[in-house]
Parts: sequence; structure tokens; C-alpha cells
Amino acid sequence: MSALYDFLAAPFADFAFMRRALVACAALSIGCGPVGVLLVLRRMSLVGDSMSHAVLPGAAIGFLISGLSLVSMSIGGFIAGLLVALASGLVSRVTQLREDASFAAFYLISIALGVLIVSTRGSNVDLMHVLFGTILAVDDRSLMLVSAIASVSIAVMAVIYRPLIVECFDPGFLRSVGGRGGVYHILFLMLVVLNLVAGFQALGTLMAVGLMVLPAAAARFWAAEVWSLAAVSALIALLAGYVGLLLSYHADLPSGPSIVLTAGVAYVLSLIAGPQGSLRRNLLPQPHYET
Amino acid sequence: MNRRRLLAALAAAALLLPVGSRAAEKPLKVVATFSVLGDIVKTVGGDHIALTTLVGPDGDAHVFEPTPADAKAVAEADLVFVNGLGLEGWMDRLIQSAGYKGPVAVATSGVKSRVMEEDGATVTDPHAWQDLGNGRLYVANVAAALAAADPKDADDYRAAAAAFTAAIDAKDRWVRAELTAVPDVQRRIITSHDAFGYFGAAYGISFLAPEGVSTDAEPSAAGMAQLVRQMKQENIRIVFFENMTSPKLVETLAKEAGARVGGTLYSDALSPPGGPADSYLKMFDNNVPQLKAAMLGM
Repeated sequence: MSALYDFLAAPFADFAFMRRALVACAALSIGCGPVGVLLVLRRMSLVGDSMSHAVLPGAAIGFLISGLSLVSMSIGGFIAGLLVALASGLVSRVTQLREDASFAAFYLISIALGVLIVSTRGSNVDLMHVLFGTILAVDDRSLMLVSAIASVSIAVMAVIYRPLIVECFDPGFLRSVGGRGGVYHILFLMLVVLNLVAGFQALGTLMAVGLMVLPAAAARFWAAEVWSLAAVSALIALLAGYVGLLLSYHADLPSGPSIVLTAGVAYVLSLIAGPQGSLRRNLLPQPHYET
Repeated sequence: MNRRRLLAALAAAALLLPVGSRAAEKPLKVVATFSVLGDIVKTVGGDHIALTTLVGPDGDAHVFEPTPADAKAVAEADLVFVNGLGLEGWMDRLIQSAGYKGPVAVATSGVKSRVMEEDGATVTDPHAWQDLGNGRLYVANVAAALAAADPKDADDYRAAAAAFTAAIDAKDRWVRAELTAVPDVQRRIITSHDAFGYFGAAYGISFLAPEGVSTDAEPSAAGMAQLVRQMKQENIRIVFFENMTSPKLVETLAKEAGARVGGTLYSDALSPPGGPADSYLKMFDNNVPQLKAAMLGM
């Protein structure tokens, strides 16, 4: 019994940084669960990784204005990410280009601009190294940031849930009944950027994106409604965080990658053997009753 | 008749003199690879040289990426100084691509080199300047190279080198005097700097690398826990980290172990002018008191 405790709970009891890492994971899971699910459903899964590059010019301008100040760089990064997301959303609504291409175009422009701005300073300092945190170094401020953003995300999602779902699946209908689909789309994009940028700052890019997309992808093989997808996704993310941290502690592996890889293993297992739409279902059809 | 000819000769000589002295005033174009070496070269060379330093203050000479302006400076140089001992892996390529065919002076000729651990491999430790005894060798090599490239100012270079060497000797005596206050059992520092090998060997201090946490790779929870245990065990109150690691990680470690993060130690580069370590000797003025305070547990 004591061995089990030593294995599963002692790391968290002994070290404050482990406890904070777990709480940060929990906050991120709750915030990213619903947002990630909608991202995957809207075929914007690659937005997450691109966003980590798109924030560069904003952070660079923040750095130019007030040096290595985390606050100004984060705010700058958030604004840059928001501009890229909104611009690409706007382009996909108003022109014939779809969201993935328009997002790709804007984020590439953004990162090139960022590199240019950074090089004018001529400094070797790696801005991103300072801006992006790591799960093992969650301080009070980052913890409050991630928790606050998780709360805001849940609250906003609860409010705009129905029009957002309609806007995702049948925008024409929403427009025909006079609902302002554009507003909800923009609000959703803002939530995505908010969760991502806060995630980057608190936990690093790999973890923030990984915990947003992988659990959502894995949840597809377990649930069918948006609300249940969100719940399963949050649960998988939380479990991945817990198991990953334990792996990092007991097997001396880097923490961010172990958490994301645990989520990855969950995804692969779900892909192979999940209850819905998985390989098992498609290749080994269950007997079902026929009249 | 004689007087007129004498006057004409004197006038001609007078005309020639300023031209001759202007040619002698053209400074020697010298390139040094990084700020510590640049400071040494500038102190010895004085006004006779026009110095360009490639890796400036607060820069990282290990991973420097030269710009076209740097290539131009090297191409037009009369003399290039490198540290050697593997510090500037990029210098050979830069010299080749800039088409520089002039003399390359290695500042560490004659230095007894040490080895260090880097990414699991054992490599030569290039940070020889951290031992003031080696600093004397640096100055001697620099003066010899400058005198060879610019013989007419050789006396000035030798005089400047002698003065600088005297200052280095004084600083060395000061460092040893400062550190006598630290008892042997406490002569331990935890730092992620790998640049203090020569300092530690010269002044009798052991620099411990934080176990399990390297400056660039993402840390594992086990590594962090191990480091916290090590710090608590050794009662380390102050840790020094290079500002290249994530600052949040450093603070988390310090808070967890009940220590505080020490100030900035300058090892690979000088501070910008006006900063606490803007010359080779001031670097020791900055580092030694902080190291001493950390070792004495203050």
C-alpha cells in the first residue's frame, strides 16, 4: 500500500512544483477541452502550432518597447495572435479562400515580420525562450493566468454555446434567421488565442497545443455529442497530465514531452480500439440485429 | 645662394614631415572575436589600433551567427585575434568566406588547457581567461602579435602590456585575499555556468553542476527533484544560473529549495559599457564578491 502511495502520490506530496504543475494541467484541460473539440471539428487543428509562431512579432514589439518584460511580451503576443486569427477568419468569410490557407498565409507573414523585428535589435537573446514557460516552472502568476482563462473560457462557451454550434455546422441557417454568426466566430477565435497564448506562457508551446488537440482528437472515438466530446477531452487531458508528470518523475524524462506523448498514446489506443468510428469498429464489424 | 638652398631644403622637409606622420597615424585594423578578448586587445593596443569586436557585450560566442558586416570587418582587417581552444567554432568558416589572408593570432598559445563536460562529451574548456594567471599569457600573446604586425609601435605595446600585467597581478592577489575568508569546506558553488573551470582550479573552489538540469534541454521532474534535494542537503542558499536558461525555472528551483537566485555572473562576455563588468578586470570585481557571499552562506 505504501509502495503504491510512494509511486502515485508521494511526488506530489513532497514537492510544491509538482503540485502546481498538476493544478496547471487541470486548469489547462478544463479550458482547452471544449475549445479544442470545436477546433478539431472545424478542421482548424493545425492552428495551434502555427499560433506559436504567429505570436512572434507581437512579442518582439513588446520586447522592443519594454525589454524582457513578460507582461508586455505576453500582451504583444496575444494581440499578434488575435490579429492573425481574426484576419484569417475574416478572409475565409469574405473571400473564397478557406480558413486553413488563409491562416497559413497570415501566420507565415507574421513570423517573417517577427524575425525581421527581432534582428533589428541585433541581440542574441532568444525571445521565445523567455516568453514560453515550462510545466515544471509554474509560478503564482502563471497559475492564476491559466486558471482565470479556463474560467473565462468555460463561462463564455456556456453563454455562446448554441449559436456557436449552429454557426459551426450550418452557418447559412443562422444567417437566414438573423443570428450574427460572425460575432460568435470571432468570440470563439478569441478564446482559442487566449487559451493558446496563456498556455504558451505558462506551460510552453508543445504542451499547450498538445493538450488542446490530442485529447480532442482522441475523444472523437469515445463520444458523439459536442458536450460529451468536451468532457471526455478534458478528462483525457487531465489524465495525460497526471500520468505524464509521474513518468517524468519516476523515469527521468522531460516533462512536457512525456505529458504530450501520454496524450498521444491515449489517442493511438482510442484510434485503434475506441467505441466509435475506430479501426476496431470499421475493420471488425460487430454483429448487429437484422430484422 | 647657400641660404636659399638651405631654406628650400628645410621647406621641402617641412612639407614631407606631416605626410610622413599622417601615414604613421593610420591605425592598425584589428578584429577580436569576443568582448573579453577585445578588452585585452584594446588595453594593449591603445590608440594605435582600430578594434572591431565580433561578439559584443552580453553576446554568446559559442553560438554566434556572423552578419555581412562582420565578414566585411574581417576581410579588411590587418590582424585577427581568436581565443582558440574551441571557443569560436564559426571563426574558421568566417575567415575563409571573408577571404582574409592575414595573420591570425591565437590568444591562448601556451596556456595549459583543461577539459570539461558538455552535453555528455568531454571537450576542451576554452574559458582560460577566468584564471588571471592565464590572463598574463593572453596579454603577452596579444602584445607579441601586435608588435609583429606593427613593429614601429612595438615599444608602446610592450609598455601597455607591462602595465596591464601589473594590474592583473594586483587583481590576482586581491582575489586570493578575498577568498581566504572562505573556509575549505564551504568552497562550493552550484551554477549552471560551465565557464568557471579555470577559476575554480586556480582559486581552489569546486563548481558543481546542477545534477540533471542542463541549460538547454527541457528538464525532467526527476532532475528538478534531485536538484532540490541536492541544494537542501548542501544547504545552498544562493544559486547562480546563466541568464540563458528559462528564468522561471531558476526561480522555481530557488523557491522550492529555500534559496535565492544570485546576481549575474559574467563569464563568457563582458557587460555593456557602463555596466558592472565592462572590462576584463572589472569582471572579477563583479564576480568574486558575489561568489564569496554565496559560499559564506549570506
